[in-house]
Amino acid sequence: MDFDRVAPATKNTVEVISRPSLTYWQDAWIKLRKNKVASFALCLLVFYVFMALFGPMMGKFDFKSIDGDAIDAIPSMSHYFGTDTLGRDLWARVWVGARVSLSIGIMSAILNAIIGVFIGGVAGYFGGKTDMLIMRFIDVMNGIPNLIVAILVMVVLGEGLTPLVIALIVTGWLGSARLVRGQILQLKNQEYILAARKLGAGTWRIIFRHLIPNTSGIILTNVTMTVPYAIFQEAFLSFIGLGVQPPNASWGLLAKYGSQTFRFAPWQLFIPAFFICTTMLSLYVLGDGLRDALDPKLRNK
Amino acid sequence: MWKYVLRRFIISVLTLLVLVTAVFFLVRAMPGDPFMSEKLTPEIRQNMLVYYGFDKPLYVQYFQYIKNLMHGDLGVSMFYNGIPITKLIGDSFPYSADLGIRSLILATLLGIILGIVSALNRGHWLDYVCVFIAILGVSLPDFVTGYLLQYFFGIKMRLFPIAMWTSGMHKILPVIALSFYSTAQLTRIMRASMLEVVGEDYIKVAKAKGLTTPQIVWRHQIRNAILPIVTLLGPLTAAILTGTFVIESIYAIPGMGKYYVLGIQNLDYSQILGLTVFYGAFLVAANFAVDIIYGLVDPRIRLDGGK
Repeated sequence: MDFDRVAPATKNTVEVISRPSLTYWQDAWIKLRKNKVASFALCLLVFYVFMALFGPMMGKFDFKSIDGDAIDAIPSMSHYFGTDTLGRDLWARVWVGARVSLSIGIMSAILNAIIGVFIGGVAGYFGGKTDMLIMRFIDVMNGIPNLIVAILVMVVLGEGLTPLVIALIVTGWLGSARLVRGQILQLKNQEYILAARKLGAGTWRIIFRHLIPNTSGIILTNVTMTVPYAIFQEAFLSFIGLGVQPPNASWGLLAKYGSQTFRFAPWQLFIPAFFICTTMLSLYVLGDGLRDALDPKLRNK
Repeated sequence: MWKYVLRRFIISVLTLLVLVTAVFFLVRAMPGDPFMSEKLTPEIRQNMLVYYGFDKPLYVQYFQYIKNLMHGDLGVSMFYNGIPITKLIGDSFPYSADLGIRSLILATLLGIILGIVSALNRGHWLDYVCVFIAILGVSLPDFVTGYLLQYFFGIKMRLFPIAMWTSGMHKILPVIALSFYSTAQLTRIMRASMLEVVGEDYIKVAKAKGLTTPQIVWRHQIRNAILPIVTLLGPLTAAILTGTFVIESIYAIPGMGKYYVLGIQNLDYSQILGLTVFYGAFLVAANFAVDIIYGLVDPRIRLDGGK
């Protein structure tokens, strides 16, 4: 039998690295940037966050002060978004409202995810009785209408931002806990977990170093998708008079007052409604984009 | 299948018990009580507290409440002097149920149809119309939709009456307003689900067998794509139910929502408690029904008990 002599590797014959090695997040970021619509949504959201922080300072008026000469004024060079029925500047109120609406949305979504990851992770990893107990608890909690729980919590705790966030996370974590548990169940019997265990990694190391990072894409997508839900719930609570209280503002509250006056002052409804609408839309689009970008199975397509 | 039904039933009963207990203690934890009016002298106040049993320890009140509940007695309103909660519900629930059920049916039918149309015409202008409706629906709060419909179709065009709940014409705008969000959600999910199913192997097999496109779509694609819709019906029922609060107040419909919001403002313990228990029981029953339907349509659950 003949053997071909293998030439020693030279610079020219070494396998060429066809592309730079990228981490999971770098890869996802590149893919997200290629998705034009999702990138636009991300830019718009960043812009809204920026304006929520600095917008009120760019106008000429304070969000609380009443301008008696300009009641129900249409948008103009002094009041960029017009004024409301009491003569308060809507530009300032819209961006102050953005602070409230966006922070409620983001805070409750993140807290839901943290609680959900912890409880779902424990249920999925330990399995058996622990899993059974936690899942039955979640089943029972899930049957309770969450807006009704939110209403009661608001009534008991009083008004303000913190009670609102608490009201939204009392039942909000259930969905993310289920999601994480499902993921962990799928992942925990994979070979690399077995390898980690054979190398002597402890339970918590496996959960925090291997399982949770591998579910992080799905969790992030889920967070993006729950922010709009929280903003909606806040709008609902404001509508029935339990959300943020005037003179403070949120987008939901502005839309509520706007809808009562829009027959003669349509901008009072259309401006907050436009911001609610575009924020929701951007979050959904970004969520879809993230789901595609973070799915490792789609990596080379 | 029976094992699955039994399990769901036990969970439903437990849910209801947790709900009643949680709401009972939450309501008692609210700041203030129903008899804080300054018009009441301390003696009258004391008499009222004794009359409604508030002088007894909390756990005695709780067990008394549960006992009454078993007999279908939800107590007596404290704000509307002496009117039983069951009567309040009996008078107002038919309106809410009428509005809610019509909306749920409209949303389900329309959502599924739009989703199918959208998926089958992917990239066509019909698809864009459906996607646009879906996006608009999920991004507008329902009170905004309600006021906009009322304004454009009621006040501006005078096509429909602007409020009340008497004739069929009166019902069109509120039902559309209430179902808009759910229709949009269902369209989104149904479209995604249809597109996911298209890639499955059994569709390829059906094609290879030589089935015509309508046969494939009807017998294989839609049938399999509709499963996730069933799981969505539970949360959507809840969304429509809370949506009735808003829509009823916009269109002046004499439903239950008004009593719920008023009960909270007046700190009417028995009214809040009674209506919450009723809403809760209704939703738990609805979820139970959805679970059963899911078991019936999904053979995997029907056969192995839904592990």
